[in-house]
Amino acid sequence: MRNMGNVRKTFESELEELKGKLLRMVDLAERQLGDSMSALQTQNLTLANAVKQNDAEINALDDEINQKVIQLITQQQPVATDLRKIIVALKISTDMERIGDLAVNIAKSTLHIGDEPLIKPIVDIPKMGDAVRVMLRKAFDAYDLEDIDLAFELAKEDDAIDEAYGRLIRELMGYMHRNPDYVNQITQLAFISRHLERVGDHVTNMAENIIFMVKGKTLNLNE
Amino acid sequence: MVQLMNRTDNETKATVSPMEAPVREAAKPVVYDTKQLNLWYGSHHALKNIDLPIRENEVTAIIGPSGCGKSTYIKTLNRMVELVDGVRTSGEILYRGRNIFDAKYSVEELRTRVGMVFQKPNPFPKSIYDNIAYGPRIHGIKNKKILDEIVEQSLRGAAIWDEVKDRLNTNAYSLSGGQQQRICIARALAIEPDVILMDEPTSALDPISTLKVEELVQELKENYSIIIVTHNMQQAARISDKTAFFLNGEVIEFDDTDKIFQNPADQRTEDYISGRFG
Repeated sequence: MRNMGNVRKTFESELEELKGKLLRMVDLAERQLGDSMSALQTQNLTLANAVKQNDAEINALDDEINQKVIQLITQQQPVATDLRKIIVALKISTDMERIGDLAVNIAKSTLHIGDEPLIKPIVDIPKMGDAVRVMLRKAFDAYDLEDIDLAFELAKEDDAIDEAYGRLIRELMGYMHRNPDYVNQITQLAFISRHLERVGDHVTNMAENIIFMVKGKTLNLNE
Repeated sequence: MVQLMNRTDNETKATVSPMEAPVREAAKPVVYDTKQLNLWYGSHHALKNIDLPIRENEVTAIIGPSGCGKSTYIKTLNRMVELVDGVRTSGEILYRGRNIFDAKYSVEELRTRVGMVFQKPNPFPKSIYDNIAYGPRIHGIKNKKILDEIVEQSLRGAAIWDEVKDRLNTNAYSLSGGQQQRICIARALAIEPDVILMDEPTSALDPISTLKVEELVQELKENYSIIIVTHNMQQAARISDKTAFFLNGEVIEFDDTDKIFQNPADQRTEDYISGRFG
């Protein structure tokens, strides 16, 4: 068998291009999440509005990835690892698009709270925000390096996020009973924790997809 | 995941990956069992330690780069390879449990059980009718009514009856390449074979004729076992149940076609099917 390693040069550079777009999307999602959390902590409504506007960039990338995937399937008839890479890009792109939407939801909640003083300095929600951003950065590396050990680690980190969410909700409900005047603010904070918990689930989906891409096996880590 | 899940405990427990624990149907009986087959053309070792169980009512695709031994292998299954000078073999091929290399095994008998279709359509320069009736006549069938019936059934079986029923006496050469190939398939069916060997049967056909032959292969597997050599990977993926990947005279990987094309075990298989070399 002759080695014709570069016989699919064009295809390989297109796969690289697809990967590049997806990495940009993960990076953007992480930044949007960071901005939405800063906007909340500093009650910076201008930044919250910017998060809303910048979502268009993630959505545009999602469209581009969808187009690219359809083009590669029709033109290249990919099989095995190539096919899994392409399908996984499509799926991760959907998860990143959702994370972008969740960052927007957080920004909207921040806008709802407005400049009303916070009932107490918030600590646990920013911690949760940091934790999901760390997860996203690890997911970026796991995808980039096709590192499945890192992908498995992510799933464990999501368990901690789920626990933190449960604690936060109980705490917020307690505040709500004792401070009926702050029902709106506390509800928004509960929504924000919920959004962060969902981000964790989307990153876990991404981890599953990375494992599928590399190993060809489907796992459910979201349990 | 914190949200409530609408799942019973049983369903949760049943979340085993389909790839981890494939639910395989009960294996069908083996038609052809190749055991440690080796073949030499003079000093050239063309097939090396081939083990390949081929099952009933399945389509088995043989893929691999040029010169990998795939055509040699299917020509060995009906002992056509013996026509080449200086061929030697070792090991055995059991057809329905009997070693086809056994001195007592008659080649003629084997070939009435195993039909073959070649790369280029090769009808005889005779009428469509005579092409199909040729084999049965050789086997002594003279009764016109029986021959008519065999011709019709074979042409129907090859999905070409409607196209030629009004011109059975015209020369088969007047048909298109795709039609000629289906005539050759009908001719193979006329001897009521058990197995049909196909050596790149669509490589000389246009895309529509190719799809017709592929569709036909799917229908034929209900009644026959089919072994098809193909250079067209998409074709193997579309129509076969099992795929064997040959390389340099060896079987590198033999498995369910879905497995081969979704997640092959051997890197060489992956490189070949994804067009990285060939």
